Amino acid sequence: MARIGVVTFPGTLDDRDAARAVRLAGAEAVSLWHADADLHGVDAVVLPGGFSYGDYLRAGAISRFAPVMGEIVDAAHRGLPVLGICNGFQVLTEAHLLPGSMIKNDHLHFVCREQVLSVENVDTAWTRDYTQGERITVPLKNQDGQYVADERTLDELEGEGRVVFRYQDVNPNGSRRGIAGITNAAGNVVGLMPHPEHAVEAGFGPDGAHGPRTGTDGLRFFTSVLHALVG
Amino acid sequence: MGRVVVDVMPKPEILDPQGKAVAGALPRLGFGQFAGVRQGKRFELEVDGPVTEEILAAARAAGEQVLSNPVIEDVVAVYEDVEDPAGVGA
Repeated sequence: MARIGVVTFPGTLDDRDAARAVRLAGAEAVSLWHADADLHGVDAVVLPGGFSYGDYLRAGAISRFAPVMGEIVDAAHRGLPVLGICNGFQVLTEAHLLPGSMIKNDHLHFVCREQVLSVENVDTAWTRDYTQGERITVPLKNQDGQYVADERTLDELEGEGRVVFRYQDVNPNGSRRGIAGITNAAGNVVGLMPHPEHAVEAGFGPDGAHGPRTGTDGLRFFTSVLHALVG
Repeated sequence: MGRVVVDVMPKPEILDPQGKAVAGALPRLGFGQFAGVRQGKRFELEVDGPVTEEILAAARAAGEQVLSNPVIEDVVAVYEDVEDPAGVGA
Protein backbone atom coordinates (compact mmCIF):
# COMPACT_ATOMS: atom_id res chain seq x y z
CA MET A 1 0.00 0.00 0.00
CA ALA A 2 1.28 3.44 -0.91
CA ARG A 3 2.31 5.57 2.04
CA ILE A 4 1.49 9.29 1.86
CA GLY A 5 3.05 11.61 4.42
CA VAL A 6 1.02 14.45 5.93
CA VAL A 7 3.07 17.16 7.62
CA THR A 8 2.04 18.83 10.85
CA PHE A 9 3.56 22.21 11.73
CA PRO A 10 2.61 24.16 14.86
CA GLY A 11 -0.64 25.82 13.76
CA THR A 12 -1.53 23.33 11.02
CA LEU A 13 -5.30 22.79 11.03
CA ASP A 14 -6.18 20.42 8.22
CA ASP A 15 -3.71 17.57 8.71
CA ARG A 16 -6.39 15.19 9.95
CA ASP A 17 -8.68 15.93 7.04
CA ALA A 18 -5.76 15.44 4.66
CA ALA A 19 -4.90 12.11 6.30
CA ARG A 20 -8.52 11.04 6.03
CA ALA A 21 -8.57 11.95 2.33
CA VAL A 22 -5.45 9.85 1.83
CA ARG A 23 -7.11 6.87 3.53
CA LEU A 24 -10.36 7.28 1.59
CA ALA A 25 -8.31 7.20 -1.61
CA GLY A 26 -6.88 3.86 -0.54
CA ALA A 27 -3.44 4.74 0.81
CA GLU A 28 -1.83 4.74 4.23
CA ALA A 29 -1.48 8.17 5.83
CA VAL A 30 1.83 8.71 7.63
CA SER A 31 2.12 11.60 10.07
CA LEU A 32 5.25 13.68 9.54
CA TRP A 33 6.36 16.10 12.25
CA HIS A 34 7.87 19.48 11.40
CA ALA A 35 10.82 19.02 13.75
CA ASP A 36 11.69 15.54 12.47
CA ALA A 37 14.09 15.70 9.51
CA ASP A 38 12.93 12.32 8.25
CA LEU A 39 10.32 11.43 5.64
CA HIS A 40 10.04 7.86 6.96
CA GLY A 41 10.17 6.45 3.45
CA VAL A 42 6.85 7.91 2.26
CA ASP A 43 5.95 7.81 -1.45
CA ALA A 44 4.43 11.31 -1.53
CA VAL A 45 3.84 14.24 0.82
CA VAL A 46 0.89 16.53 1.54
CA LEU A 47 1.48 19.92 3.18
CA PRO A 48 -1.95 20.71 4.61
CA GLY A 49 -3.68 23.99 5.35
CA GLY A 50 -3.81 26.04 8.49
CA PHE A 51 -1.86 28.91 9.98
CA SER A 52 1.56 27.41 10.61
CA TYR A 53 3.48 29.51 13.12
CA GLY A 54 0.47 31.83 13.23
CA ASP A 55 1.37 33.17 9.76
CA TYR A 56 4.01 35.22 11.59
CA LEU A 57 6.48 37.07 9.36
CA ARG A 58 4.62 35.92 6.20
CA ALA A 59 2.27 33.00 5.61
CA GLY A 60 4.45 29.89 5.30
CA ALA A 61 7.69 31.80 5.86
CA ILE A 62 8.82 30.19 9.10
CA SER A 63 7.65 26.68 8.18
CA ARG A 64 10.05 26.79 5.27
CA PHE A 65 12.92 26.54 7.76
CA ALA A 66 11.47 23.55 9.66
CA PRO A 67 13.77 20.49 9.67
CA VAL A 68 11.27 18.38 7.72
CA MET A 69 11.18 20.95 4.91
CA GLY A 70 14.84 20.45 4.01
CA GLU A 71 14.08 16.78 3.38
CA ILE A 72 10.94 17.62 1.39
CA VAL A 73 12.74 20.14 -0.82
CA ASP A 74 15.52 17.62 -1.61
CA ALA A 75 13.03 14.83 -2.28
CA ALA A 76 10.84 17.09 -4.43
CA HIS A 77 13.85 17.88 -6.61
CA ARG A 78 14.31 14.12 -7.02
CA GLY A 79 10.67 13.73 -8.15
CA LEU A 80 8.74 12.97 -4.96
CA PRO A 81 5.09 14.02 -5.46
CA VAL A 82 4.31 16.95 -3.13
CA LEU A 83 0.92 18.64 -2.75
CA GLY A 84 0.60 21.96 -0.90
CA ILE A 85 -2.92 23.00 0.07
CA CYS A 86 -3.63 26.59 1.17
CA ASN A 87 -0.99 27.24 3.84
CA GLY A 88 0.91 24.31 2.33
CA PHE A 89 0.92 26.16 -1.00
CA GLN A 90 2.26 29.23 0.78
CA VAL A 91 5.02 27.07 2.31
CA LEU A 92 5.93 25.71 -1.15
CA THR A 93 6.33 29.23 -2.56
CA GLU A 94 8.41 30.32 0.43
CA ALA A 95 10.56 27.21 -0.06
CA HIS A 96 11.03 28.17 -3.74
CA LEU A 97 9.55 24.90 -4.97
CA LEU A 98 6.85 26.94 -6.72
CA PRO A 99 7.09 30.51 -8.07
CA GLY A 100 5.12 33.54 -6.92
CA SER A 101 3.62 34.29 -3.55
CA MET A 102 0.34 34.90 -1.76
CA ILE A 103 -0.66 38.24 -0.26
CA LYS A 104 -3.77 39.33 1.63
CA ASN A 105 -7.06 38.92 -0.28
CA ASP A 106 -7.79 42.07 -2.32
CA HIS A 107 -11.02 42.67 -0.35
CA LEU A 108 -9.15 42.16 2.97
CA HIS A 109 -11.71 39.70 4.34
CA PHE A 110 -11.38 36.05 5.19
CA VAL A 111 -13.26 34.12 2.53
CA CYS A 112 -14.99 30.76 2.94
CA ARG A 113 -17.03 29.42 0.05
CA GLU A 114 -17.65 26.50 -2.23
CA GLN A 115 -15.45 27.41 -5.17
CA VAL A 116 -15.66 26.25 -8.76
CA LEU A 117 -12.28 25.61 -10.41
CA SER A 118 -11.26 24.53 -13.87
CA VAL A 119 -8.62 21.82 -14.10
CA GLU A 120 -6.20 23.05 -16.74
CA ASN A 121 -3.35 20.54 -16.52
CA VAL A 122 -4.09 16.84 -16.06
CA ASP A 123 -0.48 15.71 -16.50
CA THR A 124 0.64 16.38 -12.94
CA ALA A 125 1.05 13.70 -10.28
CA TRP A 126 -1.99 15.10 -8.47
CA THR A 127 -4.43 15.71 -11.34
CA ARG A 128 -4.16 12.77 -13.73
CA ASP A 129 -7.57 11.39 -12.72
CA TYR A 130 -9.30 14.58 -13.91
CA THR A 131 -10.20 15.50 -17.48
CA GLN A 132 -8.77 18.56 -19.18
CA GLY A 133 -11.00 21.59 -18.64
CA GLU A 134 -13.20 19.82 -16.08
CA ARG A 135 -15.04 22.04 -13.61
CA ILE A 136 -14.78 20.90 -10.00
CA THR A 137 -16.16 22.34 -6.75
CA VAL A 138 -14.11 22.35 -3.56
CA PRO A 139 -14.16 24.56 -0.45
CA LEU A 140 -11.97 27.66 -0.36
CA LYS A 141 -11.09 29.37 2.92
CA ASN A 142 -8.28 31.84 3.37
CA GLN A 143 -7.13 35.28 4.35
CA ASP A 144 -3.88 35.51 2.38
CA GLY A 145 -5.00 33.85 -0.83
CA GLN A 146 -4.23 36.42 -3.51
CA TYR A 147 -1.72 34.78 -5.83
CA VAL A 148 0.85 37.23 -7.19
CA ALA A 149 3.92 36.95 -9.39
CA ASP A 150 5.59 39.25 -11.88
CA GLU A 151 4.25 39.33 -15.45
CA ARG A 152 7.21 37.38 -16.83
CA THR A 153 6.64 34.55 -14.34
CA LEU A 154 2.90 34.54 -15.09
CA ASP A 155 3.57 34.38 -18.84
CA GLU A 156 6.02 31.55 -18.25
CA LEU A 157 3.51 29.60 -16.15
CA GLU A 158 0.81 30.04 -18.78
CA GLY A 159 3.15 29.26 -21.66
CA GLU A 160 4.38 26.05 -20.07
CA GLY A 161 0.90 24.90 -19.06
CA ARG A 162 1.81 25.13 -15.39
CA VAL A 163 -1.43 26.83 -14.34
CA VAL A 164 -3.19 23.74 -12.99
CA PHE A 165 -6.34 25.32 -11.54
CA ARG A 166 -8.14 28.57 -12.28
CA TYR A 167 -11.01 30.15 -10.37
CA GLN A 168 -14.24 30.04 -12.32
CA ASP A 169 -17.37 32.23 -12.07
CA VAL A 170 -15.73 34.54 -9.52
CA ASN A 171 -12.18 35.49 -8.57
CA PRO A 172 -12.52 35.19 -4.79
CA ASN A 173 -9.30 36.92 -3.71
CA GLY A 174 -7.90 38.98 -6.58
CA SER A 175 -5.40 36.34 -7.69
CA ARG A 176 -3.46 37.29 -10.83
CA ARG A 177 -5.12 35.85 -13.91
CA GLY A 178 -7.52 33.91 -11.71
CA ILE A 179 -4.82 31.42 -10.78
CA ALA A 180 -5.86 29.00 -8.02
CA GLY A 181 -3.06 26.45 -8.33
CA ILE A 182 0.21 25.80 -10.18
CA THR A 183 2.81 23.11 -10.67
CA ASN A 184 6.57 22.95 -11.09
CA ALA A 185 8.11 22.14 -14.46
CA ALA A 186 8.33 18.41 -13.67
CA GLY A 187 4.69 18.18 -12.57
CA ASN A 188 5.41 16.44 -9.26
CA VAL A 189 4.91 19.52 -7.06
CA VAL A 190 1.44 21.09 -7.06
CA GLY A 191 0.13 23.90 -4.87
CA LEU A 192 -3.35 25.41 -4.66
CA MET A 193 -5.32 27.62 -2.30
CA PRO A 194 -8.65 25.71 -2.30
CA HIS A 195 -9.10 22.58 -0.19
CA PRO A 196 -9.66 19.30 -2.07
CA GLU A 197 -9.31 17.36 1.20
CA HIS A 198 -12.61 18.86 2.38
CA ALA A 199 -14.49 17.38 -0.60
CA VAL A 200 -13.76 13.66 -0.40
CA GLU A 201 -16.73 12.05 1.31
CA ALA A 202 -20.47 12.38 0.72
CA GLY A 203 -22.16 14.05 3.68
CA PHE A 204 -19.22 16.31 4.51
CA GLY A 205 -18.32 18.15 1.34
CA PRO A 206 -19.78 20.91 -0.81
CA ASP A 207 -23.12 20.56 -2.56
CA GLY A 208 -22.83 18.20 -5.50
CA ALA A 209 -24.77 16.78 -8.41
CA HIS A 210 -26.56 14.30 -6.17
CA GLY A 211 -27.75 16.77 -3.56
CA PRO A 212 -26.52 18.86 -0.66
CA ARG A 213 -23.09 17.90 0.74
CA THR A 214 -22.56 15.15 -1.82
CA GLY A 215 -19.61 16.76 -3.59
CA THR A 216 -16.47 14.63 -3.63
CA ASP A 217 -14.56 16.38 -6.41
CA GLY A 218 -11.43 16.58 -4.26
CA LEU A 219 -10.92 12.85 -3.87
CA ARG A 220 -9.28 12.44 -7.25
CA PHE A 221 -6.26 14.50 -6.13
CA PHE A 222 -5.43 11.60 -3.87
CA THR A 223 -6.31 8.80 -6.27
CA SER A 224 -4.28 10.61 -8.95
CA VAL A 225 -1.10 10.39 -6.94
CA LEU A 226 -1.66 6.70 -6.26
CA HIS A 227 -1.98 6.09 -9.99
CA ALA A 228 1.07 8.24 -10.62
CA LEU A 229 3.05 6.11 -8.15
CA VAL A 230 2.14 2.78 -9.76
CA GLY A 231 2.07 4.14 -13.30
CA MET B 1 23.89 46.67 23.30
CA GLY B 2 23.35 47.61 19.68
CA ARG B 3 20.34 47.50 17.47
CA VAL B 4 19.92 47.22 13.71
CA VAL B 5 16.71 48.23 11.97
CA VAL B 6 15.58 46.45 8.80
CA ASP B 7 12.72 48.12 6.93
CA VAL B 8 10.72 45.97 4.51
CA MET B 9 8.06 47.34 2.16
CA PRO B 10 5.73 45.72 -0.37
CA LYS B 11 7.12 46.13 -3.89
CA PRO B 12 5.75 49.23 -5.64
CA GLU B 13 4.08 47.14 -8.34
CA ILE B 14 2.37 44.89 -5.78
CA LEU B 15 -1.03 46.15 -4.73
CA ASP B 16 -0.92 46.68 -0.97
CA PRO B 17 -4.42 45.83 0.29
CA GLN B 18 -3.66 46.83 3.87
CA GLY B 19 -2.25 50.20 2.84
CA LYS B 20 -5.27 50.76 0.64
CA ALA B 21 -7.63 50.06 3.54
CA VAL B 22 -5.72 52.47 5.77
CA ALA B 23 -5.79 55.08 3.00
CA GLY B 24 -9.56 54.67 2.83
CA ALA B 25 -9.95 55.14 6.59
CA LEU B 26 -7.79 58.27 6.98
CA PRO B 27 -10.16 60.77 5.30
CA ARG B 28 -13.04 59.43 7.35
CA LEU B 29 -11.08 60.41 10.46
CA GLY B 30 -10.32 63.88 9.21
CA PHE B 31 -6.95 63.17 7.58
CA GLY B 32 -7.74 64.14 4.02
CA GLN B 33 -4.21 65.30 3.26
CA PHE B 34 -2.81 61.89 2.32
CA ALA B 35 -3.22 60.66 -1.23
CA GLY B 36 -1.95 57.14 -0.56
CA VAL B 37 -0.65 54.77 2.12
CA ARG B 38 1.65 51.79 1.89
CA GLN B 39 2.16 49.56 4.90
CA GLY B 40 5.44 47.77 5.55
CA LYS B 41 7.35 46.09 8.34
CA ARG B 42 10.12 47.26 10.64
CA PHE B 43 12.38 44.67 12.25
CA GLU B 44 14.66 45.54 15.17
CA LEU B 45 17.58 43.13 15.48
CA GLU B 46 19.43 43.36 18.79
CA VAL B 47 23.05 42.38 19.31
CA ASP B 48 25.01 42.07 22.52
CA GLY B 49 28.00 44.07 21.32
CA PRO B 50 28.39 47.09 19.07
CA VAL B 51 26.94 47.20 15.57
CA THR B 52 29.88 46.46 13.29
CA GLU B 53 30.10 46.26 9.50
CA GLU B 54 29.86 42.46 9.83
CA ILE B 55 26.69 42.78 11.86
CA LEU B 56 25.19 45.13 9.26
CA ALA B 57 26.16 42.72 6.48
CA ALA B 58 24.51 39.85 8.36
CA ALA B 59 21.39 41.98 8.88
CA ARG B 60 21.27 42.75 5.16
CA ALA B 61 21.59 39.03 4.37
CA ALA B 62 18.87 38.13 6.88
CA GLY B 63 16.72 40.87 5.37
CA GLU B 64 17.06 39.42 1.89
CA GLN B 65 16.82 35.74 2.82
CA VAL B 66 14.38 35.59 5.73
CA LEU B 67 12.76 38.87 6.72
CA SER B 68 11.51 39.66 3.22
CA ASN B 69 10.15 37.66 0.32
CA PRO B 70 11.74 39.13 -2.81
CA VAL B 71 8.70 38.14 -4.87
CA ILE B 72 6.48 40.63 -3.06
CA GLU B 73 8.74 42.78 -0.89
CA ASP B 74 11.88 44.93 -0.94
CA VAL B 75 14.33 45.57 1.88
CA VAL B 76 14.35 49.38 1.67
CA ALA B 77 16.75 50.19 4.51
CA VAL B 78 19.20 48.50 6.89
CA TYR B 79 20.77 50.79 9.48
CA GLU B 80 21.99 51.02 13.04
CA ASP B 81 19.42 52.40 15.44
CA VAL B 82 21.40 54.98 17.39
CA GLU B 83 18.59 56.04 19.68
CA ASP B 84 18.71 54.66 23.18
CA PRO B 85 15.58 52.51 23.37
CA ALA B 86 15.41 52.44 27.15
CA GLY B 87 16.07 56.14 27.47
CA VAL B 88 18.55 55.60 30.31
CA GLY B 89 21.69 56.80 28.58
CA ALA B 90 24.89 54.93 27.85
